[in-house]
Amino acid sequence: MSEDTVVTAPDRPATEKNDARRGISALLGSAAGRNTGLVVALVLLCLAGVVTAGDRFADLDNVLTILRLAAVIGVVSVGMTFVITGGGIDLSVGAIVALSSVWATTLATQGIANSTHWIVVVFTALAVGGACGLVNGVLIAYGRVVAFIATLASLAAARGLAEIISNRRTQILDVRGFTAFFDASVLGVPVLVVIFAVVAAAGWVLLNRTTFGRRTFAVGGNPEAARLAGIDVRRHTALLYTLLGLCCGLAAVMLIARTTTGSATHGGLYELDAIAAVVIGGTLLSGGRGTIAGTVFGVLIFTTLSNVFTLNNLSISAQAVAKGAIIVVAVLLQQRLARRSGT
Amino acid sequence: MAQRLLAHGGLNGELAGAWSRARVLVDGSGRMTVAAPLLEVRGLVKRFPGVVALQGVDFDVRAGEVHCLLGQNGAGKSTLIKVLSGAHRPDEGEIRWQGEIAEFGNPTAAMRSGVAAMYQELDLVAGLSVADNVFLGHELSTMGFTRRAEARRRTRALLDRLGHRDIPPDRDVGRLSVAHQQVVSMARALSLDSKLLIMDEPSAVLDPDEVRVLFGVIRELTAQGVAVVYISHRMAEIREIGDRVTVLKDGRTVAAGLPAREVRTSELIGLMTGRVLENVFPQRVPVAQEAAEVLVVRGLAADGGFSGVDLTVRAGEVVGLAGLVGSGRSEILETVYGARKATDGTVEVDGRRLRRGSVGAAVRAGMGLCPEERKSQGLLLDQAVYRNITVSSLSSFARFGFLDDRAERTRSNRLTEALDVRPPGVDRVVRGLSGGNQQKVVLARWLLRECRVLLLDEPTRGVDVGARSEIYELIRDLAARGVAVVVVSSDVEEVLGLADRVLVVREGQVVHSGPADEIDESRVLDLVMEGHAA
Repeated sequence: MSEDTVVTAPDRPATEKNDARRGISALLGSAAGRNTGLVVALVLLCLAGVVTAGDRFADLDNVLTILRLAAVIGVVSVGMTFVITGGGIDLSVGAIVALSSVWATTLATQGIANSTHWIVVVFTALAVGGACGLVNGVLIAYGRVVAFIATLASLAAARGLAEIISNRRTQILDVRGFTAFFDASVLGVPVLVVIFAVVAAAGWVLLNRTTFGRRTFAVGGNPEAARLAGIDVRRHTALLYTLLGLCCGLAAVMLIARTTTGSATHGGLYELDAIAAVVIGGTLLSGGRGTIAGTVFGVLIFTTLSNVFTLNNLSISAQAVAKGAIIVVAVLLQQRLARRSGT
Repeated sequence: MAQRLLAHGGLNGELAGAWSRARVLVDGSGRMTVAAPLLEVRGLVKRFPGVVALQGVDFDVRAGEVHCLLGQNGAGKSTLIKVLSGAHRPDEGEIRWQGEIAEFGNPTAAMRSGVAAMYQELDLVAGLSVADNVFLGHELSTMGFTRRAEARRRTRALLDRLGHRDIPPDRDVGRLSVAHQQVVSMARALSLDSKLLIMDEPSAVLDPDEVRVLFGVIRELTAQGVAVVYISHRMAEIREIGDRVTVLKDGRTVAAGLPAREVRTSELIGLMTGRVLENVFPQRVPVAQEAAEVLVVRGLAADGGFSGVDLTVRAGEVVGLAGLVGSGRSEILETVYGARKATDGTVEVDGRRLRRGSVGAAVRAGMGLCPEERKSQGLLLDQAVYRNITVSSLSSFARFGFLDDRAERTRSNRLTEALDVRPPGVDRVVRGLSGGNQQKVVLARWLLRECRVLLLDEPTRGVDVGARSEIYELIRDLAARGVAVVVVSSDVEEVLGLADRVLVVREGQVVHSGPADEIDESRVLDLVMEGHAA
């Protein structure tokens, strides 16, 4: 708003109505309050699930299923939160997941893994994902290709490469120890869910408590000012995409574990799901503002929605329509809040 | 003619309003030869969440006058303009336009009635041509097809009227200089047949030459009965071009309709600040001859900008760069800082040569830059004050990459208190601060780093008189602590008053270098413009 709007007004009679309204918008504007809307949405969704599907929804196994499904896309979304907060966008995440999953499950990789250790599969996926992210980052930061175009190109190329490597066949994973490790539970919580929780927590710390995170906000908020303040904006941008690539690699590992396959069709439309989760979570698409907690809620809302629809035998198409509606409502709400808080 | 009418235009505002209302009832024809207020504002109040920006503004503008609006940053000028031009709705009070109560619900409505505003932040669309920008929103068209030749022709005519035949109507606006962009902005206002033109600090980005052209245009417009509301922080301009002055302070009118030529400067400053200002520029401290040469620049050159620039700044010395907009002075500063890549020459700080084109290297060597465009180049507008201050020193607050948030706030708080940033509070979002306070935040960033070399590009643009002298003091303080300072400014008086040594830049060459007290303003202007007029 205009620079003239800040005038101290000590003698202004405060009306109660105004105070109340300000109180509400202050609450909604605060870090805890911003997420209240998301919590409410999630609770309503759960209620809908209980009402329509009853015990089938409220069952512990079903809850774990939701969480296991949320875990994979959740890890991608946490990485996406960084890229979007840093003022970028990545459309190639689904393709990177596919390529990583294929590369990590080739006969060659499985052979090496079986003769050494199953961790080889994990490292392969992470290396492939990280490398893809690095290529994206270098293209965007140093090659100055617009992020939208660069990652659109990567989307096509990575999925194509995955098809070539896999010869369009689904590759079954048979590596000793791998499945056992990822199918286990820690205190009743599936390992996949534990991984998601750890990634989300680490992501929160990285974004809010470290120089890396602070630079991400600066680069996303005003890249020119960040550059003139002495931040290496290009390197940081490249790092952000690499980080997201690593997240995609990890998501590929989790997907392999869940499906025991690697396939060029894995990760379909992940880019849309991840971006949607990030945006309804409250991260600004224009950069400079981002929240990991919001993203986690965004992922949970979408996954729960799918689950409720599936339990009620509604089609995938109906789910897509509902998702679209939620995104629109969330963005409209955000804009209204942003306007009311006066920034 | 308009000037003459003003002489007996001392009608009581209310009477005049009633009179012209009656006139509208009688014939409704638009004879503009009356000195009744064109625009009349009474008891205007505008609130924003948590803040009252305007709390009772009264003033009136007559046809054919230049009405100056004075006030510190934060006094409510920008808000007032936005209300008048329909960008904001007032909460209380009334606006009378040609005697009738007007409600400008949006900028288009205001434009249709004949109010055009030129904002401080130019609102042109880069990527579109000059002609497209002039007619943006009211395109000339037949059945939906734009009449481009006609638009070009009319644009050329408008630019001609503004004395800027040199701007091609087909040129992309983004490729024009700021000064030329402003001319386009004015052409846009003229294309609307406006009766009232609001100009928010139009001279801030102009050279003396261009200001003269601007004033010529304003005089021509007022002679045709157009009223101009003129905002500037420069007293000399107000005297030269203004007819009457209205002073705002804290969202209120403290004086309305003072005669611009007679009123004393000290009185105006007193009204604006509520206190009496003495010496604007702080005392110079002589620089010891044996003081170390901190910044040494030799033979610096960049493509299409400047060449062969030598510059030495000792510890504790303030060096000023004077020159026209486009002379290369800002480019020199940015190249020294590494934000632009040099094609030739060297930059040394404390004897160490810096890598070319690397801001990181410059910052690590102890350099800091307060850029010309504070908002787009200097600040993270939507982030907290303390984050803006610590952004260049993050590693000093970090252990293994983890930030010590509390230490950041404490150190920032100490600085904002020392610099008297108002309103206080390091968690405040920077966007809400006034220009002067935003500049202090940028300065605080480099104070925190305890930098060796400080480069300041237009340090007081958009900064009001009171805060301005505080910033001068601050720069002097820094120099006294051994910082080498380079100041670029289009305000010659500022360069001469602040600097120990002055370099005059013309067309990418340093044409003069010498102590500031051995040269005066007219000589600098001579040097700056030599060969320019030809």
